Amino acid sequence: MDDALIEKLGILADAAKYDASCASSGAKPRSGGKEGLGSTTGAGICHAYTPDGRCVSLLKILLTNHCLFDCVYCINRRSSNVRRARFTVAEVVELTLGFYKRNCIEGLFLSSGIIRSPDHTMEQMMLVARTLRRDHGFAGYIHLKTIPEASPWLIEQAGLWADRLSINLELPSDHSLKAFAPEKNGGTIKAVMGQVNERIVEAKEERRRFSPAGQSTQLIVGADDATDRSVLETSGTLYQRYGLRRVYYSAFSPIPEASSVLPVKPPPLQRENRLYQADWLLRYYGFTVEEIASGGEGGMLDLGIDPKLAWALKNRERFPVDVNRADREMLLRVPGLGARAVDKILSARRHTRLRMEDLGRLSSGLRRARPFLIAADYHPVGGLTDRLDLRQRLVTPSSQLSLF
Amino acid sequence: MHTITLREGADLDGFRRAVRRLAASRTEPDTVLWSVGAPSLFGDDAAPASENGLPLFLPHAVGQLIETVVCHGDPERYALLHRLVWRVLNGERALLDQHADPLVHRLERLDKAVRRDIHKMHAFLRFRALPDPDGGERYVAWFEPDHHIVEAVAPFFVERFESMVWTILTPKGSLHWDRQHLMTGPPAERPDSLADDRFAEGWLRYYESTFNPARVNPTAMRAEMPRKYWVNMPETAAIPAMVRSAPARVQAMLEAEAAIPRRRTPEKAVAAMARQAPESLADLNRLIQRSEPLVPGATQAVLGEGPEGAAIAIVGEQPGDQEDREARPFVGPAGQLLTAALEEAGIDRGSLYLTNAVKHFKFVQRGKRRIHQSPTAGEVKHYRWWLMTELGFVRPRLVVALGATAALALSGRPVAVLRERGPMAFDGWDGFVTVHPSYLLRLPGDEERRRAQAEFVADLRRAAALA
Repeated sequence: MDDALIEKLGILADAAKYDASCASSGAKPRSGGKEGLGSTTGAGICHAYTPDGRCVSLLKILLTNHCLFDCVYCINRRSSNVRRARFTVAEVVELTLGFYKRNCIEGLFLSSGIIRSPDHTMEQMMLVARTLRRDHGFAGYIHLKTIPEASPWLIEQAGLWADRLSINLELPSDHSLKAFAPEKNGGTIKAVMGQVNERIVEAKEERRRFSPAGQSTQLIVGADDATDRSVLETSGTLYQRYGLRRVYYSAFSPIPEASSVLPVKPPPLQRENRLYQADWLLRYYGFTVEEIASGGEGGMLDLGIDPKLAWALKNRERFPVDVNRADREMLLRVPGLGARAVDKILSARRHTRLRMEDLGRLSSGLRRARPFLIAADYHPVGGLTDRLDLRQRLVTPSSQLSLF
Repeated sequence: MHTITLREGADLDGFRRAVRRLAASRTEPDTVLWSVGAPSLFGDDAAPASENGLPLFLPHAVGQLIETVVCHGDPERYALLHRLVWRVLNGERALLDQHADPLVHRLERLDKAVRRDIHKMHAFLRFRALPDPDGGERYVAWFEPDHHIVEAVAPFFVERFESMVWTILTPKGSLHWDRQHLMTGPPAERPDSLADDRFAEGWLRYYESTFNPARVNPTAMRAEMPRKYWVNMPETAAIPAMVRSAPARVQAMLEAEAAIPRRRTPEKAVAAMARQAPESLADLNRLIQRSEPLVPGATQAVLGEGPEGAAIAIVGEQPGDQEDREARPFVGPAGQLLTAALEEAGIDRGSLYLTNAVKHFKFVQRGKRRIHQSPTAGEVKHYRWWLMTELGFVRPRLVVALGATAALALSGRPVAVLRERGPMAFDGWDGFVTVHPSYLLRLPGDEERRRAQAEFVADLRRAAALA
C-alpha cells in the first residue's frame, strides 16, 4: 500500500462518510473455506466506533468522488471544489482484502459519484464485487449503492454478487428532490426500488441468490422543509411497497464546500434520533405513522421525549396496564418496556404473578415504565398518569459528557 | 462439605463430570464448595473416580447456558450453575423461562457478559501481517479478553480465516492455526511490537477520514467500545486528536463562505450521461458477452444471428447443449428441424434474424451429460431487457415466438401456445406465436409428428405472409 493509495483512501472515505448505512447484517451464514476468505455470521459485527458514536463495520468508500450530478446537499456535487480522486477496481479489491484479513472490517460498502455515465459507473462497482467473489472467493459482506439511472441489466448483475443493494432517495418528496437534486428523478429511483424488490422476491421463491440481505435507502433530514410526519409517511410507503429492510435517516450536517442554496447550520441530531425511534415503532411495535405523529405537534416529533412516551402521555386513558394480564400489543406500548423485556414478561408470567421487584430484573427501563404499570404488589394510587407534571418527572436533563 | 477443584479457565468437561457425580449421589448444592486451580485449603474429597455418574438429561437451553457461563471469570459460576441444575432436576424443568427468578437473572447476566466479551473479541481483535520464512504471510494478534473465552472464539476465527496462517495471543491462552489444525497454547505475554506492512497505516487513515466532526459524541463511542479495549486496537491512538480538533473543524465549516463553484457545463455533462444505452447491436452483444449468466450452467452467451433489418425475427427459448458449445443459435436437433421446416415453407433461413429469449444454456451435469433445464419465469424476465433492446436494433416487421418461453418473454404474460397460436401483438411489435421445434421432436407417434410438423410449416408460411 503506497502513499498515493493511502492518500486516495483518505479522500474517498471522507467523501463516503455522509451515507448512514453501515450494517453488515442479514446475509445467510456462509464461509469462504480453504480457498476463499471470510464469512458472514448473519448478525453483523461492528469492528470499531469513531468519536461520532457510529460504528465501523464495512469499508465504506466511494469508487470516485467525481460526479456529473449537482445535488446541493452533497459534498461531491459537480460544483463543489473538493479534491477529487478515483480508485481502480483492483485497488478497491486490494484494500478490501487487506483490511478484511486484519479483521478490521466485515466487508465492503461501495458507492460512487457518477462518472462518464451511470452505466459505466455501475459496471465498475459491479466488477469490484465480481472480482472479490469470483477471483478471490471472498465470502464477506458486500453492499453496493445502486446508481438508479443505470440500465436494468447492470442492476441484475450487481444483485448476483452483492448481499445488499440500496438506492438513496435522499429527500422525502419529489418537490424537494426537484429543488435540491435537479438531475435526480424520484420516479427513476422508485422504479429501481421496485425492480430490485421484485427480483429479491423472485429469487427467494426460486432459492437463487439476489441481494439476499434486501435493500435499504437513506433520507436526509433537515436539509429541506419536510416535516417528521411526511418523512415517516415516505418510510411507511417504502416499507410497504418496496419491502425495504431499512430506511436510514441522516441528519443533514455541515459539509465543507457547502452550497450557497443551503443554510449552513448545526445538524439536528436529536431529530434524527427521534426518527430512528419512530421508525423502530413502525417496524417492530405495531404503531402507525398517524399514531406516532399524533404524539408531537404540527407534524414534528417531540424532541424532548421519545415518541413512545409522547404517544403514551397523549393517550393516558389507556394506562395503567396490568403486566400480569395485558396482551403483547399493549405491553409493547408501555414506555420503557422494550420488545425483549415484553417477551421475558410473557414467558415469566406463565409461572408466577409478577411483582415490581421481579420487573426490575426483567427490564432496565422500569423507572420510566412505573407510572404506566400495575403489578401484583403495585397499583399506582390517585392515577399517576393524571399528574400534570408526569412529563417533567420522567425526563432527566441530559448533558453531554466530555471524553478528556 | 464436598470440595471440588476444577482446572483454571473454562473447565466445561470437569464441571460436567462433577455435576453428574453430584447428581448421582443427590448431593445438595449447599454442601459443595467449588474451587479453581490450586487444591482447596479444605482438601479435595471429590467422590471416588469409579463413581462417574450418569449423563443428565437437561433441557437444551440449560446446556447452552452452562457452556457459556463456565467461561465467565466469576469464581461463583460453578456453584450457581450447580444450583440451577439441581433445581431443574428437582421439578423445575422450565426454570429458565422464569427470567425474574434471582438465580436465573444472575446467570443470564453472566451469560450476557460472556457473550459480549466473545462478540467484542470477534470485533476488536486486530491481526498484523508478518512475513513468513517460507515467503507467505503469517497473521498475529494480541487480545485481552475479560473472561475465559479463548477456546470459545476459536471456531469463529477458524471459519473466517481458514485459508490464512494465524496466531492469537492472550493472557488467558493462545491459538495457532496452520490452515489444517488448531493448536491451543499457554497464556502469552504481550508482544513488544507487531510490525506490519502499510495496511495498518492505511487503516488509521480510513478511521480518521470516516469520522464526521460535526457529529462528535464520544459517550456513544465509549458505550460500545470501552477504553479497556483500546490497547488492542491501533486506530484508537488517533481518537484524542480527532475529538480535540472536531469543534474547530466544525466552526471552520460554519464560518466558511459558501463555495463558489468552478465553472462547469451541466448541460453537456447531463446530455453525455443520457447517451449510455448501447448504440448498436454490436455494443449490445459485447454487453451480453461480458455479463454473468443469470441461469446456472452456461459456458458462454449465445448471441442472435442474422441481418439487421430482417423482415422476420424468430425468438426461441434458450440455447441447448450444442448451441452452448458452438455459440450459435439453432444448430442442435431442434435447430435442424427448424431449418428443414423453413426450407419446406420456402423461407430462406439466411434472411431471418434468429435469437433466443434466454441467452445462456441452463443445465445440470449428470455424469458426462449436460441435461437441459427450462428457464423459470423469473429468469426469462431477467433476460427481457436484452431481448427487447436487441429487437430494437433489428427492427423486424414481425416477431415470431417459438414456444411458451419465447411468448412469455415477448408478451410478459404466460401464453398457452397450442390454444393461442397465430398472430399476437407483443409489447410494441407485431407478433406471431407457434410451437417450438423441440416440441415436435418430443411427440411420440410418427403420424402425430407428421401432422404437427405440417401445421408448423403452415404457421411459418402464414407468418412470412404477414411480414
